[in-house]
Amino acid sequence: MTAISKQPLGAAYSATQAISQTPKRKNLIAVFALAPALAVFFAFWLLPFSRLILMGAEADRSSGISAYLTILTHRQYLISLVTTVTISITVSLAAVGIAGIAGFFLARHRFIGKSTLVAILTFPLAFPGVVVGFLVIMLGGRQGALAQLSLWLFDERWMFAYSLAGLFIGYLYFSIPRVITTVMAACENLDRSLEEAARSLGANSWQVTKDVIVPGIAPALLSTGAICFATSMGAFGTAFTLGTRLSILPLNIYGEFTNYANFAMAAALSVVLGLITWVALSLARKLAGGNVGAPV
Amino acid sequence: MNPRIRFALQLSFTLLVCLFMIIPIAMSVMAGLTENYFVGLKSGLTLRWVIEVWQLYSDTIWLSIKLALACLVITILIGVPAAYGLLRSRRRWANAIEELLLLPVAVPGLATALALLLAYGSYREFRGSWLFILVGHVLFTLPFMVRAVLSVMQTARLPLLEEAAASLGANFRQRFFTVVVPNCLSGILAGALMVVTLSIGEFNITWMLHTPLTKTLPVGLADSYASMRLEVGSAYTLIFLVMIVPLLVAIQWAGRLSSPRR
Repeated sequence: MTAISKQPLGAAYSATQAISQTPKRKNLIAVFALAPALAVFFAFWLLPFSRLILMGAEADRSSGISAYLTILTHRQYLISLVTTVTISITVSLAAVGIAGIAGFFLARHRFIGKSTLVAILTFPLAFPGVVVGFLVIMLGGRQGALAQLSLWLFDERWMFAYSLAGLFIGYLYFSIPRVITTVMAACENLDRSLEEAARSLGANSWQVTKDVIVPGIAPALLSTGAICFATSMGAFGTAFTLGTRLSILPLNIYGEFTNYANFAMAAALSVVLGLITWVALSLARKLAGGNVGAPV
Repeated sequence: MNPRIRFALQLSFTLLVCLFMIIPIAMSVMAGLTENYFVGLKSGLTLRWVIEVWQLYSDTIWLSIKLALACLVITILIGVPAAYGLLRSRRRWANAIEELLLLPVAVPGLATALALLLAYGSYREFRGSWLFILVGHVLFTLPFMVRAVLSVMQTARLPLLEEAAASLGANFRQRFFTVVVPNCLSGILAGALMVVTLSIGEFNITWMLHTPLTKTLPVGLADSYASMRLEVGSAYTLIFLVMIVPLLVAIQWAGRLSSPRR
């Protein structure tokens, strides 16, 4: 160091070389910096998950054939797969529709109390699935808001919490904040001159919405929809709180593992579920460019 | 349509959505503070249930805090270097590695937990300790730390600053700790808030990995929802909200802090 400081010009030269080093040296630093994170990932995720994939190919306890094949050939699993996919798609569409309108409105208008509304609509993003399940019970359980209202109006107790409808409401509850945040961000990046141009050409507000705004934020809508779909597919906590008798994939996996110790089946179902959510989230990221779906 | 009417219609629709989000929370908070929810508010307000929850479940709260802090330390120690490594790697490699690290988030927690259980469940001591849950939390939160730090690193023009430091004779270690880390502090802060929030609320992985001696807050919540009276579950939820809402406010604040630079 002292030798270098005597010759500042040479020092600057050699140091610049040190930073714009040979590619090999640069790669070495990157590899060392990444090594701890990758070691944890390989030891505790990739290795166990690879074993899970292999385990899914083992014979299922009840049918005696490979668990992957059993999923495809047994009604029980097929129905639960179809139910889970259907409810997740429905929730995503509903959430994109509802929160799309609200998010667009919030992005475009300024009024007193707006930040409070935004806070109310986005904070539940971080609620764990169990809490969302409990909130559904608060709405539609035996002592829920609907039950009290219907008791007062019609002398009857209306409930929906412990059914697929309750699941739908719960999934909608945690999907809305996701869509709102994405839609608000997308609207802010929208080029408003396009709307003005459309208006000056005589388009009414419905036409502007349909032909300019929706196509403009379509990638964001699709991407957030895919994130909602993936989150709903894997939402174990909500379903677990609302009742373990519902036939959806996360509860099936849990049941096969804890009640029947049918490890091959639990593994196969997890792998199938993981594949579906991974594909959906990859699609979402391709569309949006780098939005990690916040999980439930 | 008259713009005013349209504004009013959209506003009322948005307010309806807000009601849908806030009503169950308000009901739950109220239930946690009333003497008898079945009778209603006229039975009187009380802190009895909150105290009862504290007596029954305070160890779950402490365990959750301990887990979140341990998770934070580990994700900083391995996540900040990882983000730096991604910054210095070739783009194709960086994308592939980021994709890999994201897998524990992209795949449902249930599947990750099952894989961990089937692979390491036979090591009794490890399986029974809180470290087993910590592993799950680290896998799950690491991508959020890496992403937050990396996005700040990319905008901070680090290569330029590092080159300047190197031209003044700083070696790699000096550059990393006096140039790289201070320049991505806002990213570390944003990532840290995210990691703590996610770890405290994590249920899907934790439920599979917990033992009766290692119950976290969300596991205790599920437990109380299933077996306790509504007031206890509500009071417990209230405690959870009191813990999590300041973190969420801080996340929004940190986001606003770093957004003008983007």
